[in-house]
Amino acid sequence: MTATTMPMDTSEPTYLTQARGALSWLLTLDHKRIGIMYLVVTSASLFLGGVFALLVRTELLTPGETIMTHDTYNRMFTLHGAVMVFLFIIPAIPAAIGNFVLPLMLGVKDVAFPRLNLASFYVWVLGALVLVASMYMSAIDTGWTFYAPYSTSKAVGSATSVGTSAMGAFILGFSSIFTAINFIATINKMRPLGMSWFKMPLFLWALYATAIIQVLATPVLAITLLLLAIERAFGLGIFNPALGGDPVLFQHFFWFYSHPAVYIMILPAMGIISEVVSVFSRKHIFGYKFIALSSLAIAFLGFLVWGHHMFVSGQSPLMSIIFSALTFTVSVPSAIKVFNWLATMYKGSIWLATPMIYALAFIFLFAIGGLTGMFLGTLNVDVHLHDTYFVVAHFHYVMVGGTLMALLSGLYYWWPKFFGRMYSEAGARVGAVLVFIGFNGTFFPQFILGSRGMPRRYYAYLPQYQGLHMLSTVGAFILGIGLATAFGVLVYAAFRGRRAPANPWGANTIEWQTASPPPSYNFHDQPEAGDPYDFEGWVYDAGTDGYVKKPAVVA
Amino acid sequence: MTDTASTRPSSGVEVGTEGHAGEHGGDHFLGHHFKDHAHQLNTAKLGIWLFLGQELLFFGGLFCAYAIYRSMHPEIFAEGHLFLDTRLGAINTCVLIFSSLTAAWSVRAAQLNHRRALITAILLTILCAFGFLGIKYIEYAHKIHEGLVWGASFAPSSEAVQHATEAMAHGASSTLTEAHTLSNRLHIFFSIYFAMTGLHGIHVVAGIFAYLWLLRRAIRGDFTQDYYGPVDGVALYWHLVDLIWIYLFPLLYLIH
Repeated sequence: MTATTMPMDTSEPTYLTQARGALSWLLTLDHKRIGIMYLVVTSASLFLGGVFALLVRTELLTPGETIMTHDTYNRMFTLHGAVMVFLFIIPAIPAAIGNFVLPLMLGVKDVAFPRLNLASFYVWVLGALVLVASMYMSAIDTGWTFYAPYSTSKAVGSATSVGTSAMGAFILGFSSIFTAINFIATINKMRPLGMSWFKMPLFLWALYATAIIQVLATPVLAITLLLLAIERAFGLGIFNPALGGDPVLFQHFFWFYSHPAVYIMILPAMGIISEVVSVFSRKHIFGYKFIALSSLAIAFLGFLVWGHHMFVSGQSPLMSIIFSALTFTVSVPSAIKVFNWLATMYKGSIWLATPMIYALAFIFLFAIGGLTGMFLGTLNVDVHLHDTYFVVAHFHYVMVGGTLMALLSGLYYWWPKFFGRMYSEAGARVGAVLVFIGFNGTFFPQFILGSRGMPRRYYAYLPQYQGLHMLSTVGAFILGIGLATAFGVLVYAAFRGRRAPANPWGANTIEWQTASPPPSYNFHDQPEAGDPYDFEGWVYDAGTDGYVKKPAVVA
Repeated sequence: MTDTASTRPSSGVEVGTEGHAGEHGGDHFLGHHFKDHAHQLNTAKLGIWLFLGQELLFFGGLFCAYAIYRSMHPEIFAEGHLFLDTRLGAINTCVLIFSSLTAAWSVRAAQLNHRRALITAILLTILCAFGFLGIKYIEYAHKIHEGLVWGASFAPSSEAVQHATEAMAHGASSTLTEAHTLSNRLHIFFSIYFAMTGLHGIHVVAGIFAYLWLLRRAIRGDFTQDYYGPVDGVALYWHLVDLIWIYLFPLLYLIH
């Protein structure tokens, strides 16, 4: 057993050194390599979407034209939204971190269907290429939501490539479904002896709930986008009022997926936070079963609230009232998670390493994002706030303040396992602080802008809003610098960092029982599955600056 | 399920991943990460069922659109179905139900190690699938010829209209006995008809490719009583394709 807790000295090849050359990566069936490939492409997407965001914010520095025309601006915010949603946030945590960590947490050699896993990666690449190519060929200016009838009408849309980009998103959906099928089958059928459902790490519960949503919601988006593309190409008429179709039906279909998709984005993030908060408080997670089941509750309730995106679409008032009421029910399992994390930290011995800093940022920002969601779920308040910057600020607090913070937390947490190298704690903390300041600087002013009536997606605005817009733009650049720092520190660490021990954090989930980085087959011996949040079995070892198994006490 | 970790049988050949190969020889078709064939089969079946679940929701969007338009504009369905050929639809239903039988037979044949029966069953299933598509082609060609197509392109020929009006007069639809003009939304019926049967047809084509792949492997002798997961999985998919048609036929052709 000692071999598995020793730092990796080159005696045994790791999954990184097992085979060399581009083909050994491109044709790999190893879940770890596929996870790393996903990490590379989703990070590139984050960079691309981030550049678009900075261009949008720069344009909004002044009330009139600053650096681009209004047409270019419309394309820029569409590109920002489509790239961030479809190419970055949805796949980032499940497909990149999840792919790497899930089989390791289960102590198995791979996911259930390794070839399907690789296929999902290439389906993703194909979808991304179609989406990006469609943007390059000509413009899409519908926003990422593709609302009919603007998106279906040929008169205004014929010069744009809405149909192609919808097909890109359609293809990306199948990548998401394949990953989800893989995760559900793996968790259901391949848990090791001794790991019952309620002994599973909470990250796996979160991935499981996410995968259920992906399997059940994504196909509805797929058929919707397929109909949209056919409608544009052949004049099908199901969504187009000019042909007797129903544009509100499009909104129903779209949000039936895209609201649950919000939980596809946030649930894996919550899973990471559950792991990190417990490990870095050196304390057993509080309310394990409640956190686990609240993931499923969120997944279930998430399917019943899509109509709150449509309060002003002309749906019946009765439906709006019911959707509004159901929307509040989602806050219950969300709050259960937040309170359990806080209770976990209570009287814990908190270690402010970078993953924990991001986790704390997550809890703080997600609380704001969640609470402002209550404003928007309230029917009469939403009539005032809908389509204003308040909405923009709200969902960025959840998506960026939530998912992106958790992604960074997870990356810093598992980076030693990914690459067998430690990052620079000082540099990482600087990045984290910049991200936190920049994020709040960008989006907090937008709450105020929105409540004062600044509509979203507008190119020109009244001079009275300029001060807050400038503040927001400055914040965006700080956020950009912070993210560059955070990723820079990680990339540097991957190549030049100090060698990481097998278990730098003293965590008890199974992935820390193998070497960092793991060998191709993951584990020498079948690892033991115990209580994932019982840290008693590990003691600090100064020699490796990591944790090793406590020698068994003879009773 | 009782294997200990150190005696896990596994093979890198089928999975083909570098670094995993050569751990255990012998069994080509057992993934290196599964305990045994039963474990692999159970897992694969769960995967297929999940895939079928997403297929149901994929079609579910169209069934939902159908339900909404049927409740809001029932007249276009009452009129629209008169333009469809119930006889051809019924024949196609029988063809698909028979092909489900041969698909089920192929699974049994694989389980019993009957290679010739397996190949015969697969061939019959493929034949039925082509038969279905052939009849569908006749229907589509007829519709397109008469201008009975989707949305914006809808322009029914006068013979088609006359034919449908006669059918009404015959009392095929008791609510529409009097001569009257057709609904101006009738094209929506054909949009839904072509969307649903077209998507179903694409699934039939995909099924043909899947069965051709099985045929190749069956001839090569890949399948045994231990390893027949792919036959089982494709058959489950084929049953779903069959089942969706069994709903489409009454919903589109048999309206009263």
